Order: sequence, then structure tokens, then C-alpha cells
Amino acid sequence: MTLREILSLLEAEVLTSTADLEKEVPCAFASDLISDILMCTKEPTLLLTGLTNPQVIRLSDMIDLLGIVFVRGKVPPQELIEMAEERKLVLFTTKLTMYRSSGILYNSGLRSCKI
Amino acid sequence: MAEYWNINPQYETAVKHFLANKPEAEVTLEFEIGVRDFVNSGKGSAEVKNVLKRLGIDPTILRRIAVASYEAEINVTAHSNGGHMTSCVYDDLVYIRFVDKGPGISDIEQAMVPGWSTADDLVREMGFGAGLGLPNIKKNSDVMHITSEYGDSTALEIMIFYA
Repeated sequence: MTLREILSLLEAEVLTSTADLEKEVPCAFASDLISDILMCTKEPTLLLTGLTNPQVIRLSDMIDLLGIVFVRGKVPPQELIEMAEERKLVLFTTKLTMYRSSGILYNSGLRSCKI
Repeated sequence: MAEYWNINPQYETAVKHFLANKPEAEVTLEFEIGVRDFVNSGKGSAEVKNVLKRLGIDPTILRRIAVASYEAEINVTAHSNGGHMTSCVYDDLVYIRFVDKGPGISDIEQAMVPGWSTADDLVREMGFGAGLGLPNIKKNSDVMHITSEYGDSTALEIMIFYA
């Protein structure tokens, strides 16, 4: 599934100015706990989260995130968006809840990240 | 002084040899870790990962190294009075040592139990404090060694082999 398809399925908005929406995303993970997210060491993944502090971007330095979707209508501070742009990391925001977003993506064929 | 060891049996001989000889590293990186500096915390681990990436280390091993190191860096940030991180890169392994300025861990065995945490509300709001920091370090490292004295400092050493 491409980032563009994810954007459309989640009725999301792009927050970053640089975004390669044709990038293929093989899997996803959803959590609001950083240690949970750090279980994703086996393959690069899309992240769905409600966390909007800069440590979320720092996570992408550690575990190779393919993009981040902020759920429940959350919009991170500008400094976080700039940190993502420096890393060419795509950020989306959606008004949908984490549960609903995950369900939509899973039903559309996006599998869980291996942990 | 309380102590905790976990060694992957596969590397026991190599680890004994390393600890007995303490060879000189190819590259050494030093980082200060500020008290509750959640803006900069993680930079040290990211830098280690970048150096290792240039050496062509397998991406899965790189992520294990980064996660173990990052959890330790966050622990120093969230729970200590500040500390220091020294990363030593060798041609077959990375050795990272974290030393803080206290206050020490009162019960290491308890701290190793998944889900147990002493994190306060601020730390939890940021998404930390799941009580998985030390278990995650154990899971992703080949050697984990903690020495701590309650009321004094804590030292954590980790080693991860590239193959």
C-alpha cells in the first residue's frame, strides 16, 4: 500500500512539505507507548500514534519509521514537523481514532509490523 | 553494591575474552546526558547508529543496537541526576557504557520486571514509563550488566555483536 492510499483511506492531511506519497508501506504499528513502539526492530514500519512530543521523531532515528500518522486529530508542534522534514519523514494527521484508523488500514490489506 | 548480569550464551567466550583484555576501540563517542533533557535525549544513540550504519552493519542489528542504547539513554534522562554515555565501536561488536550521578536503583531484580516503573506523570505523558525500558535493553543486547548502589550512581554496560 502506498502512502497516498493511506492518506485517502484515513481522510488524512499531510503535515510535512516534503512527502514522497508513492512510497510503499508494507506494514504498520499503533501505540501511544514508546517502549511498545521500540519493539518494531525487525522491519521498517508506518506508525499510528497520539504522541506529539519530539521523542516520537527521535524514534524514527532508532527503528526506521516509514511515516507517522497522528490520530484523534492531533497536530504536533512546528519544531516536530521541522525535525521530520530534516529526516524526509512523512507526517499525516487524521481525525479518526487509533482503533478506527488501524481497522480501516488492516481491512484494506495493510498487515501488522513483525515484532 | 547490587549487580545484574545477562549474557547471551552464544557469546560467553567472546565476552570473557573482551572483558579480560579490554581492547582499544576503533571509534569512541562521548555524550553528556542532561537531567530530564527530553529535547536532546536520544541524540547519542542516533549518532552511534549513524556511525555503525556507515560500517555496513545489518539493518536489523542496527535497530537492536539503537533501541537498547536509546532505552538506556532515556532511563538516564528520566530517572537520574544526569550522566554520561561512552560508546566504543569495534570491528565485531559495539560496547556502550552509561554512568549516572545517582540516585541509584533500590532493587534491580524488581526494576527488571516488565511493567514495573517509577516514572512520574510528566514522563508518562510523553509516552515513557511503560516499565519496559530495562526488559527492552535485555531483549536487544547480547550483554547487559548493571551495577548500582542505592543513594549513589548506577552504571549500565551493554554489548551487541554484529553477527
